[in-house]
Amino acid sequence: MPTPRPYWNPYLAGIGLGLTLVLSYLVLGAGLGASGGISRIAAATAHVVAPAAVEGNPYLGAWFADGNPLHYYLVFMLVGTLLGGFVSAAAAGRTAPGVERGPRASRTLRLLLALGGGVVVGIGSRLAMGCTSGQALSGGALLQTGAFVFTGATFAAAFVVAPLVRKEWR
Amino acid sequence: MNLFANGQLDTPLGLLLALVVGLGFGFWLERAGFGSSRKLTAIFYLQDFAVLKVMFSAMATAAVVLQVLAATGHVRLDELFAPPSVLLPQVLGGLLFGAGFVVGGWCPGTAAVGLASGKIDAAVFLLGAGIGSLVFATVQPQLGDLLTMGTCAIGSLPEQAGISPVTGTVVLVVIALAAFLGASRVEARMARRNA
Repeated sequence: MPTPRPYWNPYLAGIGLGLTLVLSYLVLGAGLGASGGISRIAAATAHVVAPAAVEGNPYLGAWFADGNPLHYYLVFMLVGTLLGGFVSAAAAGRTAPGVERGPRASRTLRLLLALGGGVVVGIGSRLAMGCTSGQALSGGALLQTGAFVFTGATFAAAFVVAPLVRKEWR
Repeated sequence: MNLFANGQLDTPLGLLLALVVGLGFGFWLERAGFGSSRKLTAIFYLQDFAVLKVMFSAMATAAVVLQVLAATGHVRLDELFAPPSVLLPQVLGGLLFGAGFVVGGWCPGTAAVGLASGKIDAAVFLLGAGIGSLVFATVQPQLGDLLTMGTCAIGSLPEQAGISPVTGTVVLVVIALAAFLGASRVEARMARRNA
């Protein structure tokens, strides 16, 4: 396995990301998003197991009322994000499989915390009507109050909780 | 006019173009190093401020370009989908999100890029995020008024504050530059301490 290439300058990557967001607004009329796609896929998966319960749920049922919940722009954007990420990672030699963790954390601890953290992020992004991309970045570029409130709350909570999980990362 | 304003976002053309936009989104996240959860969480231990630098340079770039395009008549900002501002759920959701971010190591978009980079913890995180969204859907009918408390009739912060969007954008850029300067100083101090 060759040594992975260095990451690009963060300000350059930020400008590239910002121009991608502008493109999204110009072409789609909507910004970037990721958590919306995950929710749709989760709902479609749950629908295979328990169709009546999912369709009867007020929040999820609406996605099935007008057909396939996966025929939604953020589902396709998520697929594009995976592909674009893979192209970049493969070109830079950064596709080695593994569980990333700090030197003092076990694989089991890391995977349990990834699952638990994922659940909490899933709840939080539905409650806030978007995540770091759909709410913070896309809303912030349009100077929306809610985007700045969400961003502030996110950073505040992460800094407060970080010392509790120091062993996971450092 | 755009696809959203025309009600064509979820047509085959809209879905294809969303996929193309996603390619750029994933590419830039990965280039920035956001296919790594240790790099993403390093900001919360004051070691690496890439998250702040990338996010705020992206936000400021997009805000400036959109304002220029609007001022020159190339885009109508009122035709774009602006994420709604509903402050109480966004404070509570943000607090949960931030805690889950540093514990889980990812946010939804970066986890997709992490999965594309072969990270098993990213796949597990995405599974968790899917479960979390179903948990929310289950309790959502019981949340009642909480979901709408703090709804802003005017979503734009400059408009609420009574200043022009151009002034608001300039303020955003100045705050971003100050944050970059502060981040670089903290990084330099931590590098000296670690040396």
